[in-house]
Amino acid sequence: MATEKLSAIELQGIANNIREDIIRMLEHAGSGHSAGPLGLADIFTALYFDILKHDPKQPDWPERDILLLSNGHCVPVRYATMARAGYFDRDELMTLRQLGSRLQGHPERLRLSGLENTSGPLGCGLSQACGMSLAMRMDGQQGRWIYVVMGDGEQDEGNVWEAAMLAGKYKLSNIIAITDRNNIQIDGPTENVMPLESLKAKWQAFGWHVLEIDGNNIDAVIEACAMARAVTEQPVMILAYTVPGKGVDFMEYDFHWHGKPPNKEEAKKALHELRTLGGKIRSEHE
Amino acid sequence: MSDFGLRSLHTEMESEPIRKGFGRGLLEAGKRWNNVVAACADLTDSTQMSLFAEAFPERFVEIGVAEQNLVTVGSGLAAMGKIPFVSSYAAFSPGRNWEQIRTTICLNDRPVKIVGSHAGVSVGPDGATHQMLEDLGLMRVLPNMVVIAPCDSIEAEKATVAMAQHPQPNYVRLAREATPVITTADTPFEIGPAYVLKPGQDVSLVATGTMTYHALKAAEELKRDGINAEVVHVPTLKPLDTATLVKSITRTGAVVTAEEGQINGGLGSAIAETVAEYCPAPLVRIGMPDRFGESGKPDELLAHFGLDAKHIRLAAHHALDRKGKH
Repeated sequence: MATEKLSAIELQGIANNIREDIIRMLEHAGSGHSAGPLGLADIFTALYFDILKHDPKQPDWPERDILLLSNGHCVPVRYATMARAGYFDRDELMTLRQLGSRLQGHPERLRLSGLENTSGPLGCGLSQACGMSLAMRMDGQQGRWIYVVMGDGEQDEGNVWEAAMLAGKYKLSNIIAITDRNNIQIDGPTENVMPLESLKAKWQAFGWHVLEIDGNNIDAVIEACAMARAVTEQPVMILAYTVPGKGVDFMEYDFHWHGKPPNKEEAKKALHELRTLGGKIRSEHE
Repeated sequence: MSDFGLRSLHTEMESEPIRKGFGRGLLEAGKRWNNVVAACADLTDSTQMSLFAEAFPERFVEIGVAEQNLVTVGSGLAAMGKIPFVSSYAAFSPGRNWEQIRTTICLNDRPVKIVGSHAGVSVGPDGATHQMLEDLGLMRVLPNMVVIAPCDSIEAEKATVAMAQHPQPNYVRLAREATPVITTADTPFEIGPAYVLKPGQDVSLVATGTMTYHALKAAEELKRDGINAEVVHVPTLKPLDTATLVKSITRTGAVVTAEEGQINGGLGSAIAETVAEYCPAPLVRIGMPDRFGESGKPDELLAHFGLDAKHIRLAAHHALDRKGKH
């Protein structure tokens, strides 16, 4: 459990190191998703190194906050962040997607302590958060938060909106969902594949309190989660606008990088670029 | 009454919908264990979950008509230590939400109890859309899933209480119409075993759910034909009690299966797999012959599709004819 707060510069450095690990893991695995995990590095850094109440040495700590990853294909960012946070040794990251590895291509709870759910097929994370929140309410548990990281493309799934309705109905205010709004999915830009906008109005209409932030700004992520925890009587959706492939110029904004890994040459180029950023990823809004 | 505490079959038998037994069992489980909770997709009364919902409103979640959400919310409830029973019509759950069950319950290994009511053609006038016939096959292929089809309301009550203590995901199949009550409070039930309800040596009649009554009836009719049939009731389709079944079929040398579901994928398939692998013998399957049902009265439909004692008897004769030729 993190005892002292890290500075913004330190957190940015960690996020950048996580990006480097993501590139190495994916290149070594030879398959997997690049854009989403890179774009989510700042959000995961903020969660594991500042926001979450957790203990890497005691993953089942009963008072821990819950982090559900709904769009399971982005799990490389979770593995890389968990390793940095001390859940397991970083060397193990290179076993991603290999036979016998605890780091499955899509996350399997039973394989690795610290994962809260098994996901990959899209649209199920929020429902599980609802079930967890309802159970906590039945038990009179307070002060535990359930964070759900979701994709934007997965909001094509009807299951998401079934959960949205339920959370609104029961006012599940300890759920804080974060949408990785990077505007891409496998077949192309989200608004071409299946228009999602206006996402803000949709979530509001389902009874949610909605915040909008720059999802590559770690401070903004931390601040939004603090604001979200102060909201009572409503679940909170943080629409986090991110850059897919963030930090690697040739991957940024290009939907072709949604579902493929870098090859050796591309990885070399990406790592060089990440290193020459001086250990910092700056949000373009800064 | 036989050794199993069964009632004797007669024309004026007491009948009760199997789902009523589930309702009582869930209420009982709720009284015994605080972590038993329930969720329903807008069919609380129909599935008989209402008894529990009225007794424990704070432990009941109304999901609305959203079966995908039903089972995934169940997965989340189980993650926090609850034993969630989630109910709907079998046509919708597990009919509509199979992938969610596969990933968030089975692969994730959460002890969610999926309750599929109104299974089989005996749903009657609602017609094919609501007559779930594929649920046993859908659930039987899933790792970690345990599949239960009680034969009457008393067994359903026992099964429900047993499910509340079972550590794995479970599916239980219920029927809408009144089904003859053939067991008593004294009839043994555990999740797992198959039960030889009536011993015999000529042919094994292997049945599950609502068809077990018809198999017992067929055995009485076969007796008049000079055939001593053994009736094996299989309330747990998965894991299958292979030992009991192989023992019976090896001894009789012929087998008929009977279920109120598709002939492919359910009990008949499970027994065919077992027979082919361990004890080859003539086998005749009774079930829906790879087609959908239609509107009608329950009894009329069962007779129309050959899901009754008469057809089990005929099937036994077929199996015996083939046994003779071996």
